[in-house]
Amino acid sequence: MRFRRLKDLVASRFMLAATIFSALLVVLIAAGLLQKSSLVLAMKPLTQLLFSSSWHPLSGEFGLYPFIMGTFWVTGVAMLIAIPLCLLVSIYLAEYAPSRTRGVVKPLIDLLAGIPSVVYGLLGVLIIVPFVKNIASFFGSTTNGYNVLSGGIILAIMVFPVIISISEEVIRTVPQGMRETSLALGATRWQATKLVVRRAALPGIIAAIVLGFSRAFGETMAVLMVVGNVAKVPSSVLDPAYPLTALIANNYGEMMSIPLYGSALLLAALVLLVVVFLFSLGARLILIRVERSYGIG
Amino acid sequence: MDRRKLEEDFCRGLMIAATFVVGGSLFAVFSVVILKGAPALSLSMITELPQGGYYLGGEGGILNAIVGSLYLGLGATALALVLALPVALFLQKEYIGNSRLGRLTRLSLDVLWGVPSIVYGAFGFIIMVYLGIRACLLGGIIALTLLELPIMIRAMDEVVRMVPQELKEASYAMGATRLETTMRVVCRQALPGLLTALLLAFGRGIGDAASILFTAGYTDRLPHSLFDPVASLPLAVFFQIGTPFPEVQQRAYASALILLLLVLILSVASRLLTRKFNKYVVR
Repeated sequence: MRFRRLKDLVASRFMLAATIFSALLVVLIAAGLLQKSSLVLAMKPLTQLLFSSSWHPLSGEFGLYPFIMGTFWVTGVAMLIAIPLCLLVSIYLAEYAPSRTRGVVKPLIDLLAGIPSVVYGLLGVLIIVPFVKNIASFFGSTTNGYNVLSGGIILAIMVFPVIISISEEVIRTVPQGMRETSLALGATRWQATKLVVRRAALPGIIAAIVLGFSRAFGETMAVLMVVGNVAKVPSSVLDPAYPLTALIANNYGEMMSIPLYGSALLLAALVLLVVVFLFSLGARLILIRVERSYGIG
Repeated sequence: MDRRKLEEDFCRGLMIAATFVVGGSLFAVFSVVILKGAPALSLSMITELPQGGYYLGGEGGILNAIVGSLYLGLGATALALVLALPVALFLQKEYIGNSRLGRLTRLSLDVLWGVPSIVYGAFGFIIMVYLGIRACLLGGIIALTLLELPIMIRAMDEVVRMVPQELKEASYAMGATRLETTMRVVCRQALPGLLTALLLAFGRGIGDAASILFTAGYTDRLPHSLFDPVASLPLAVFFQIGTPFPEVQQRAYASALILLLLVLILSVASRLLTRKFNKYVVR
């Protein structure tokens, strides 16, 4: 008996250690990146690093502003495309679709989530870039198609599954009674959705959108392949951009050779981590509150 | 009344149209990869290493990338399993469950789930520098393990939580310890779900490029030790499409098709396995 107790104790200590490691991993990552980027942080004030537009690594100028703006532009365009489409689809799946349609569409959307990002990049290079180029030239622009708009379209496709699966789940947790009350008062299905379900599901839907945003924010390969990578703040969706993730991926070779350059790139990774951390932390806290007030399942 | 009917129909139409757009984008991904990739696919693509001048359009295949991706994926999934299973089991009610530590762990894992893969790559790079190794199989496995960890734990946590409490109580009533109950009752009952979680994480790991870009390196040879650099399928697609030669770009399409097929097989396999193992589950 004592031996069995001992085994139980040893195993639970091991599990505790693994759990603490996993729970602290995000802190470990942040600490590691901060420690490595302290080299460049010690030389330049943070505000200058974040808000200066001059990126001349060889003369020691590391302004991340164009890259930060590039990331925001591409992500912003992606969200403008994705939000309306995703909301319509998740309302359709949760409120309207017959269960057979849902049984077909939901696994397909999950499949979309599992496709590697280089494959999306390939789709971008082969289809979306020429498409954007043709449309733009029809309106008299001379872009080569490698621009913010192409990146935004690809990212939008990539965040569809994230936003749809979470917001569909949230909409379905709205108690059936609320819907029925509204329908019994003579509301049409859309009115019940618009006036009653929307109000109850709104926080969860916002959380889903924020999670989609943070997914798009950190996406690397697919974006890198289609946005053009010109280190200048874009002024329209037809300008090329150079997101933070692409900056890191394109210049990793320098991380080994020039310490200061490497430090600046790891600072860029830290900026990505901090933004994504804040956004997804906020979204998760909202979702936990939603779960508590309706009870999922 | 008419206006309300009109509104109803209009919105329903919009929704169906949106569903078609989303479904259509999935269809577009598959049809593009298959149409472009299938003509370039050949037996030598998957059985040969790149020969001299391969990246200028010479002879050879991408066996190095296929084998490399499998090494990376299998290594990372095995390591992640060793870490993830104890955590998922520790999140049961008997251990930390809904205590403050349990809630905090779940929150932290959810946040970790959203961390971009390039950040895992950068962190993996820092670990490599710390350990004093160059870009190699081990470095790639470390970065991918960290990437797969939150995906695997969260998926496993979901299924472990679904194990009926009565089943566990029956085991406790026989005098079993927590560990015995967990290993012999919970793990067996949750087995299909655990397998699905494993394959899900494997599929995610094998398809990720950004985290191994600077931790695994790239080479035309097969790795012989953990400290050799290693090629991978996603990076094979990425590098080949970046060349100006149409023959090499064709091979990028074929590589993408192989990668997509691999991911699809994993996803179908996980569904079939779930069905096969479901007969051992107590309902």
